[in-house]
Amino acid sequence: MPFSSFKDYMPRQDLLAFVVLALLLVVILPLTLDVMRLNQTGKFLSFAFVAVGLVLCWGYGGILSLGQGVFYGLGGYALAMYLKLEASTPENTRIQTTPGIPDFMDWNRITELPWFWEPFYSLTFSILAVVVVPMIVAYLIGLAMFKRRVGGVYFAIITQSIAAILTILIIGQQGLTGGVNGITDLRTLKGWNIHTDSASYALYFVCVALLFACLLIAQYIRRSKTGRILVAMRGQEDRVRFSGYDIANFKIFVFCIGAAFAGIGGAMFTLQEGFMSPSFVGVVPSIEMVIFCAVGGRLSLIGAVYGVLLVSVAKTVFGENFPELWLFAMGLIFIGVVLGLPNGIAGLYATYVGPHVDRLLDRIFGKQTPSEQTQPHLESNSQGATP
Amino acid sequence: MSGSNTDFILAVEGLTVSFDGFKAVNDLSFYVDQNEIRVIIGPNGAGKTTVLDLICGRTRATDGSIRFRNRELTRLKEHQIVKAGVGRKFQNPSIYTDLTVFENLEISYPSGRGVFGSLAFKRDAEVIARIEEVAGRIFLSEHLNTQADLLSHGQKQWLEIGMLLIQKPELLMLDEPVAGMSVTERQQTALLLREIAKEHTMIVIEHDMQFVAEIADKVTVLHQGKILAEGSPEKVKADPKVIEVYLGH
Repeated sequence: MPFSSFKDYMPRQDLLAFVVLALLLVVILPLTLDVMRLNQTGKFLSFAFVAVGLVLCWGYGGILSLGQGVFYGLGGYALAMYLKLEASTPENTRIQTTPGIPDFMDWNRITELPWFWEPFYSLTFSILAVVVVPMIVAYLIGLAMFKRRVGGVYFAIITQSIAAILTILIIGQQGLTGGVNGITDLRTLKGWNIHTDSASYALYFVCVALLFACLLIAQYIRRSKTGRILVAMRGQEDRVRFSGYDIANFKIFVFCIGAAFAGIGGAMFTLQEGFMSPSFVGVVPSIEMVIFCAVGGRLSLIGAVYGVLLVSVAKTVFGENFPELWLFAMGLIFIGVVLGLPNGIAGLYATYVGPHVDRLLDRIFGKQTPSEQTQPHLESNSQGATP
Repeated sequence: MSGSNTDFILAVEGLTVSFDGFKAVNDLSFYVDQNEIRVIIGPNGAGKTTVLDLICGRTRATDGSIRFRNRELTRLKEHQIVKAGVGRKFQNPSIYTDLTVFENLEISYPSGRGVFGSLAFKRDAEVIARIEEVAGRIFLSEHLNTQADLLSHGQKQWLEIGMLLIQKPELLMLDEPVAGMSVTERQQTALLLREIAKEHTMIVIEHDMQFVAEIADKVTVLHQGKILAEGSPEKVKADPKVIEVYLGH
C-alpha cells in the first residue's frame, strides 16, 4: 500500500464527505422516498459513475472527453444484450418467424442470431464485458490519440464525433442492435423479475454499493502519486515529460478507468430502467455528463455525485413542467457554472463551509498536523478553469 | 551521419535542424567534458535554446549526432533521454503551481515513473530524506509545505533546479537559470551551481556576462546556428568577432 496510514488515504474532511453521502444514499433517501422515486434516484446515480470518472480524467488529468456516453452505452448494451437473450426464449417468442431470437431481429427479417450476440448468453461474460469492452475501446482511442499527442480541444471534438458515430451505427443497424428504440422489454435476470418493488430496492442498493466501490478506487488514485502526476500534467505537461514520464500512458490509464466506471453506470441504468437505447449514447447525453461533473465540481469526487443528483432533479422538475425549455436551462447552468463557479458546488463548500467544519472537527477530535490536512489548493484553486 | 566514440560525456557532431528550410542550428559540433560547466551565449535567435531542445529530444534533429556517454540520443524519446541521465530546466520556471514544494520534488524523484509504479509509490523515509536534502541545497527547507505558486520568482527557479537535482542526472541543462533574480539571489545561485558541478556536468544558457564569468569553465558563443567562438570566458570576451556580433564595443 502506498499510504502510511488510513488518514493518508482518507483525510478527515474526505472521510466526513464520504460518510455524509453514505448516510444520504443508504439511509435517508430509502426511508423518505417511495419506491418509484427511489428507482428514479438509482437511475440518476448511474450517471454519477460517469461523473466520478470525469473528475479523474477532466478535473485531475485535464482530459476533457465529450464522448463518455459511448462507454456508458457500451456497458448498458452489454448487459441489455444478456437480458434480452434471457427474455427471448423460444416459448416467449413462439409467434415469431424464427423463435428464440430477440423480437427486433425477427421484425428485421434476421433468421439467425448474429455471432457477436452468442457470448452474451453467459452472465459472467456479460458482466465482464460491461467493464472490459469500454476499457478496450478507451484504450484504443487513447493509444491513437495520446501517443500522437492529440489533446485539449481536438481530443474533445474527436470523442464527440465517436459518440455521434456510435449512435448512427446503432440506429442504422436496426436488425442487430434494436435501432432507435434500443433494446427493450427486458424482464428477468437469471429468472429474477427486475420490475418488482423488491427488485427496485435491491438494485438501488447494488447501485449505491458499486458507486462507493468506484469512489474508493478513485480516491486511491487521487491520493496516490498518480493523482499528483495527473495534476502536474494538467498544468505542465512538458515538465512531467522531461522528468522521465511517458505522459501518454498516464492519460490512457485514467481514460480507461473513466470508461470502466461509465460502463458500470450504464449497466446499472439498464437494470433499473429495463431498457437501453441510443439516446444515452450520443452527443447530448455525453455533454450532459460533463455538465453534471462541472456543476458538482470537477475536482471533487463526492461533489460530482451531488452534481448529478441536483441537475437530474432539476431536469425532472423543470422537464415535467416546461419540457421544451430544459435544454436552454441546462445551457445556462453550464455557462453560469463555468463563469461563476469554476469548481462547482464543491468549490463553494471548500470556500465557505469547509473551514468552519474543520474548526468544529478540531474542537471535537483535537488539532491535526499539517501533513494530515487535505490539499486545499487542489479543491479551491480556481486556476485552469477553462478546459 | 553517426558519431564516433569519445571520452567526452557529451559529443555533438554535425548537428543540424531546419524549420521549413531555415537552419536554426547549422552543422554544429561541440564536446563537453565530465564535471565541466559549459555556458552557451549568443544574440537572440542564435539557436541556444534550440540546441538544448535537440539534446533533450523536444525537437528532432534533421541531421547530425548527439552522443551522451557514447549513446546516441537523437532517436530516443524524451522520457528515455531523461532516464539516460539528462535533465533539463526550462527558460520560464516550469513547476507544478497546484502542488506543494514537497510534491514538486517528489514527482521528480526517480522512482515510480510507470503508471503502476506510481500507483504503488510509497513516500518512505528514504524519499523524504532525499527531498529534504535537496530542499536544503536549493534554500527551500522552510517552504516544503508551501504551494509552489506562492513562491517568489527566484525561488521558483531554484525549485526547478532542485527538481533536476533529485533526478540525479549526469548532465544538467539550464536555460537562463538566473533570469529575473535579485543580485543576492544570483550570488546564491552561482554558489549553488558551483556546488552542483562537483558531481554533475552542466550546460547553461546565460546572458549576464558577469554571471557567466563567475561560473563558466568554458564558453561557446553561438551566432546564426553556428559556433562563433569557443574557449575560456576571458578568451571569448576578448575575441573581436564576439565583441562585434554580441557583446558590443
